[in-house]
Order: sequence, then structure tokens, then C-alpha cells
Amino acid sequence: MAALASPTETPLIETRALSRGFGGLKAVDNVDFRLRAGEIRALIGPNGAGKTTLVGLICGRIAPSCGTILFQGRDITRLPAHARVMAGIAYTFQITSIFPKLSAYDNVALPVQRRLLAQGRARAHDLDAGVAEALEKVGLCGRASTPAGDLAYGHQRLLEVAMGLALKPRLLILDEPTQGLSDGEIETFVALARAIAGEATVLIIEHNMQVVMELAQTITVMNAGRILAEGTPEAIRADRAVQDVYLGGHGHG
Amino acid sequence: MSGGVSARVWALHLAVIAALLAAGFLLPEYHRGVFARILVLAVFAMGYNLLIGYAGLLSLGHAMFFAAGLYGAGLPVYHLGWGVLPAFAAGIAAGGALALVIGALALRTVGVAFMIVTMMFSQVVYLTTLYFTTWTRGEEGLVLSPAMRRIDLGGAALSLSDPVARYMIALFLFSVVLLLSLRLVRSPFGRTLVGIRENEERMRMLGYDTFRAKLAAVVVSGLACGAAGAAWGLMFGYVGSGFASIQYSILPLLWVLVGGAATTLGPLLGTAFMFYVVDYASGLTSAYLLLVGAALILTVLFFPRGVLGTMRERWLKWLP
Repeated sequence: MAALASPTETPLIETRALSRGFGGLKAVDNVDFRLRAGEIRALIGPNGAGKTTLVGLICGRIAPSCGTILFQGRDITRLPAHARVMAGIAYTFQITSIFPKLSAYDNVALPVQRRLLAQGRARAHDLDAGVAEALEKVGLCGRASTPAGDLAYGHQRLLEVAMGLALKPRLLILDEPTQGLSDGEIETFVALARAIAGEATVLIIEHNMQVVMELAQTITVMNAGRILAEGTPEAIRADRAVQDVYLGGHGHG
Repeated sequence: MSGGVSARVWALHLAVIAALLAAGFLLPEYHRGVFARILVLAVFAMGYNLLIGYAGLLSLGHAMFFAAGLYGAGLPVYHLGWGVLPAFAAGIAAGGALALVIGALALRTVGVAFMIVTMMFSQVVYLTTLYFTTWTRGEEGLVLSPAMRRIDLGGAALSLSDPVARYMIALFLFSVVLLLSLRLVRSPFGRTLVGIRENEERMRMLGYDTFRAKLAAVVVSGLACGAAGAAWGLMFGYVGSGFASIQYSILPLLWVLVGGAATTLGPLLGTAFMFYVVDYASGLTSAYLLLVGAALILTVLFFPRGVLGTMRERWLKWLP
């Protein structure tokens, strides 16, 4: 499934010397990050490592202090978030962000409608089909008329993924999608993420190492705003520096 | 559930219009006059409802859009001798143009700041109508004579001072705005506004330019309120500063909240209810505002989402 990237291939996402500070803290510090089209990439690291800030910069929720972001070779550093979404970058929130008072149908209808409007007009028939397709993928077909706020937490997370999928993005960014899910739900999610990877590049922030090892072809480890290591799951598992960060770097010296 | 307007919903709205048409023939003279006013003010309330109900934007300055329509139509008639129809169009355009400018500025703020900024701009419009008293005659206002309020239809002339014609024209305007607003709230644009009301940040991350959508909502709202103001001036022949005062920013808020925010028929119900409560109470006592206040408290107590909003929540889920 993974595209064997030649060195000359244009990466889907590339950041150059990307930085963002909050007050005195450098949340993202001079990061050069590349993501190939077609891969599942996991972004891991301890709390406060800058993972959410980095993907926030990529999808445009946060403006960079300095540096450049390229999407398919095109500079998108100054593009507002909504325009980046239309270019093909979808983001699902770390803290579930749905429309709780609207039905599951309407939650997914909003992204479907946005995609259809970009192509021309949103006909009711196409809208219904698009919503059914996205809900089907996450297994929420039977819940279309339930208000999203009344869904179980695990289903709300899946609904959020369905909203991302409904945009048919090139890049789907999932920020801690399995947080708070049961073991059974995590299994369902891993299968779903594999299926999604057939259509889109997936960048996933994840703390559950089992999920990371099962899904990711490449892992990027961040620490203190910088990229600490990058490689295959096996290489990352064996990396001394990564072990130090995860297994008590305090013990040093 | 999905987009579009169901047959049942169309039927309900057409039935309301038909009932109002019948009322035009059946109501006694006095109540027909009252209802002509209610219908025009309901257009004002429907314009306001689009913002507060559907887009979730609470403006405290909508008197300025009503006044823009009122003066946009009234001044050319009074000073330039324009006909009724071009003046009406000018009033609508004035409402829309003012909304575009005010929206572009005020939408940089949110929440309480938006309320205050819209209220301040509305005060500016009010003071402007007083400042240019040479043309507007300020509080005293301009009276458009019946001769200025005639539409020439070939040989015949339609006089807007005739009560029956006035009622029918008010009903026509109301019906057009009602059906357009029904179409609008069930359209992709309406869905977008509701999405912004519920979770604007998520809408941005679903690819929506929320600023543009909100600006479009302000402009559509301004067009409807401008139409109401223009119709008021032309039909009832009075154009005065009072309509630009803060009172006329608060009234549509009350009408919409009583009838039911984000319901298509709520504005009509709220306007009619409030109009008659004030009318009845002021006949009983000079302290009529006390009774109006009590009526409002009771309404909010039993219908926390407005009459139609609460009915939809409890019984009639399909109500638009």
C-alpha cells in the first residue's frame, strides 16, 4: 500500500524551518517535516512535545512564527484554514468537536455539502448519497437521525472521523483518535484507519503504542518542539534517544 | 431530515398565507389596519430572525436597517418626487448596502462585542437622522401625502392609502419574504448558517469561509429589514427618526424570541402577539407596560424557546 517514494518525488506535505512560539516557549522549533503521499504516518512524543501545534500549523488553525509549509509543492503558509481544507487537508479534533444539537446526518451533511458546492451545486440526492457513504464507512448508518450529542462517546469519535472522510481529503489528520475508546472500539478504529489509508494519506497523533505499531509505516517522534527521530516502527523501537524520552529521561546524568 | 422543503411544510405556509388572505376580507376595519402593520413588521422580524435565529448572531442595532429602508424610500419620494416602485427598490438597496458596510466592520467582533458594536452603529444612524434635520425633519418626521403614494397602472391608479389595497400589498410582501426565507433556511446556505451557530470553529475546519457566510447573512437580513422599512414609509406615509431609535432594535428581538427564534412562522406569531398585548393592555391602564412585562414573563416561563420553538421541541419536530 505504501508508495515507494523516490527521492525526487514531491512530498504531500513539507515544512521548512517551521517554528511557532507561545510567549517564551517554542512549541514547534525549526521543524523540517516531510510526508509522502499514500503513507500512514504516526506522530508521537511526550505531552507538550509540540505534536498538536505542528498539525495545527499544517492545517492552518495556528499561524507560524516563521518557516514555510508546502502542500504538494505549493506554498500554503499564508492560506487560511478553510482554503486549506478545500485544497485537501482535513483535520479531526483532539477534543471531540461535532455539532451536538444536530443529527448525525446533518453533522456529515455539512462537509459533504461543502465538497459538493466546491464542485458546483449541492443537490439533495447527491447530498444523501454522500452522507450515507461516509456514515457507512464508520458504521453509523443506523444512527443518522440521532442527535450527535446523544451518541455514545466512541460513536462521537467515529462521527468526527466520518466528517473528515466526507470531505474526501488527500490528507486526513487524526489527533488522538483512540483517546477514551474501549479496546473493542480501538480494534474497529484500526481497521477503519487501514481502509481510509487506501484513499488518503493519514497523519495520526497517537499515544497508544499498540495502535501506532500496528498502523504506521513511518513514525516521527517529537520532543520539546523538535523532531527527535524518524523511521520504521522497528527502528524507532530500538532507538536509544526515543527510549530515553519515553522511559524516564530524568534518570540521566 | 435531508435538504429541501417537504410538501407538508409548503402546505402549512400556504395555508397561513391563505388564512391571512381570507382575514383581509373578514376582519373588521380596525383589525385589518392593525394586521397590515403587523405583516410589515413581521417582515422586519423575519429579517432579524435570520441573523439571531439561524446564524446565531445577536444584533442590537437592527433599527438602522429598518431606518435605512424607511429613509431610502421616503427621502427620494418626498424631496425628489420619485414614484413608489423605484423608491421601494431604493429602500431595499439602502438596507442591503448599509448591512454590507456594517457587517464587514461589526463581524470582526463576536458575542457581547458584536451586540455593542451593532447598537453603537445604530445610534450613529439615529443621530444622523436627527443631524440632517433640514431633510428629515428629525423626530417630527416627514409625512408622505396620499398623492405621493400612488402607483400608476396604465390608466388606473393604486393608492397605498386605501386600507384594502394596503392590506393586500402588506400580505403580498409578507408572503414573498416568508416563502423566500423558508427556501433559504432549507437551502445549503441555511444549513451553513446553522452550522456556524452551533460550532463555528468546526465549520472553518470543514472548509467554510465563515466570515463570508455571516456577512451574506447580515446582507440578506438587511435587505429584508430594508424592505420592511421602505414598505412602512410608503404605506403608512410617515418617515421619522423614532423608527431609528433603540426601541426599534429591541422590538424585533422580543417579537422573534416570543414567537420562536429559528422558526419561519415565529416572527409573525410573536409580532402579532406583542402588538395585540400592547394594544389591549394600553386600553386598560396607562401602566400598560406592566401588563406587557407580565405577559412576556409568562410566555418565557411556559415557552422558553418561544411559542413555535417550544412546540417544535415537544410536539412538532417537522416544523421549519
